[in-house]
Amino acid sequence: MADTTPIRAGLRLPTGKLAGAGFGLAPIIAAVVLLLIVLAAIFAPQITPHDPIAQNPVLRLKPPSADFPLGTDAYGRDLLSRVIYGARISLIIGLGVTVLAVVLGLAIGLVSGFFRVADAIVMRIMDGLMAMPSVLLAIAIVSLFGASIWTVMAAITIPEIPRVVRLVRSIVLSAREEPYVEAALSLGTSMPRILWRHLMPNTFAPLTVQATYVCASAILTEAILSFLGAGVSTETPTWGNIMAEARIYFQLKPSLILWPGLALSLCILSINLLGDAARDVLDPRMGKRKD
Amino acid sequence: MPVYFVRRVLAAIPVMLVVAVFVFLLLRLTPGDPAAIIAGDMATPAQLERIRDTLGLNDPLHVQFLSWMGRILQGDFGTSLISNKPVIELVEDRMWPTIWIALITITLSVIIAVPMGVLAAWRHRTWVDHIVMTFSVLGFSIPVFVIGYLLIKLFAIDLRWVPVQGYKAPSGDFGGFAIRAVLPALTLASIYIALIARMTRASLLDVLNEDYVRTARAKGLAERRVLFRHALRNAAVPVMTVIGTGFALLISGVVVTESVFNIPGLGRLTVDSIFARDYPVIQALILLTSGIYVAVNLLIDLSYTLLDPRIRY
Repeated sequence: MADTTPIRAGLRLPTGKLAGAGFGLAPIIAAVVLLLIVLAAIFAPQITPHDPIAQNPVLRLKPPSADFPLGTDAYGRDLLSRVIYGARISLIIGLGVTVLAVVLGLAIGLVSGFFRVADAIVMRIMDGLMAMPSVLLAIAIVSLFGASIWTVMAAITIPEIPRVVRLVRSIVLSAREEPYVEAALSLGTSMPRILWRHLMPNTFAPLTVQATYVCASAILTEAILSFLGAGVSTETPTWGNIMAEARIYFQLKPSLILWPGLALSLCILSINLLGDAARDVLDPRMGKRKD
Repeated sequence: MPVYFVRRVLAAIPVMLVVAVFVFLLLRLTPGDPAAIIAGDMATPAQLERIRDTLGLNDPLHVQFLSWMGRILQGDFGTSLISNKPVIELVEDRMWPTIWIALITITLSVIIAVPMGVLAAWRHRTWVDHIVMTFSVLGFSIPVFVIGYLLIKLFAIDLRWVPVQGYKAPSGDFGGFAIRAVLPALTLASIYIALIARMTRASLLDVLNEDYVRTARAKGLAERRVLFRHALRNAAVPVMTVIGTGFALLISGVVVTESVFNIPGLGRLTVDSIFARDYPVIQALILLTSGIYVAVNLLIDLSYTLLDPRIRY
């Protein structure tokens, strides 16, 4: 249910009906911010002033200076360089989980929506998965199977799948009653072809919107896992890891937590805002509302 | 209604069964010997054998599952591998901080979020609406622990209004409890407020154009009465639904918030037992939280008939 809730940006140009699609200022700013984060992640080795991992005890917990724009952490590492590198894991996990959850959820949802026998069983399993708190499930999986970027990805993907399945299934359930599906059936079209050619295209627009929310949620969960110490190796600079390390120094040097926190929040915020914009453009049901 | 009630309660059984199977298989599917994973690298063969025995790992899989389920149905969640205490006792020791914080959070969220959503819908497309929706998007996007640390920085370190961390039981020192519970509850509430405010607004916007709202206004009712008595009532069902589904966020948030604020509740117990690989405790906690989630949503489903007499099952 929460997935179909409109997340709506308050920031809009005064002429809210610009371009007829309700494009405001917020999605444009969000796109620019996200682009900057992606570029920073890709070109991290070129743009970072210092090595994010090499420790230098002499320079520990230094305040911001020309050489270290955000100061240094408890091991004398440059905070700015670490925060820039941190974008890499977040984006890889966000992208990886989104692709995995959408592909798997789409496949399961199509089958479940079309075949009543499969539906009953699949939906019970999905209900069960949704009943388990996703963060708990993810930390349990990671700590039992060992922490690597792959287990983290899998652990975050599993709780995301049911939401995609539910969305796809609900679309298929209404689409399969349409005359064109009936026509295709009566012409003897094979099941896989009906699913692939006639039903699947209906899911693309809502799935695009859903994918942005899955991505934002995956990046958030990864950060929580790292923060709790159940994410990728603590040697890797991730936003969650940087914050976890800085916890004991928080009263002394809050910036060690606040900067990665800001990066993380901006990243999730811009993805959410882009998702809202995508919904405004792609979701015809929303378009009809007087909103 | 009673028939529906029974049917809904019965429908929760397969869901919990799936959860139980999943939780059970989680340990059995891990690569390697579960006993070795639990015991760690330094275990002696005798220790391994003892763990295998406690967990019943020497039996066939289905026997293990059935006997485990049977014990759980009798209220026996096993014994902690670390402290050797019954899991139930551990949970009882740690549940009160979590329950208190959660109750304050939910109350706070509803009190803040519903008027926010009503205001935004009432002043739709004005600056009031924009501010509420900006808050909502921010609340939804800024991670719980970031909000937690921001609040600590502002109210505990800079302003020194409240202690940085810690917990006190409300029975002993209520003032001490309240002053320490404010920040964690606000932290946890942030995402819940965002969710409920947005849903209240969207749901209210749907009904504000209905004829009965126009009628209520036409007969000269005060706007507040129209909004809260007539419109909000009819907009309540989706809001209740989102409070139920948002409960999952609350549970995940508790785990993080208790770590940020050093609260000795169930969230900390969960993280501690996961790192200690205290499997009986992990199993019990996932089962328990899933059970609470299912029960809350069941109650909310059943409350629809009270909120909206048109809903008949």
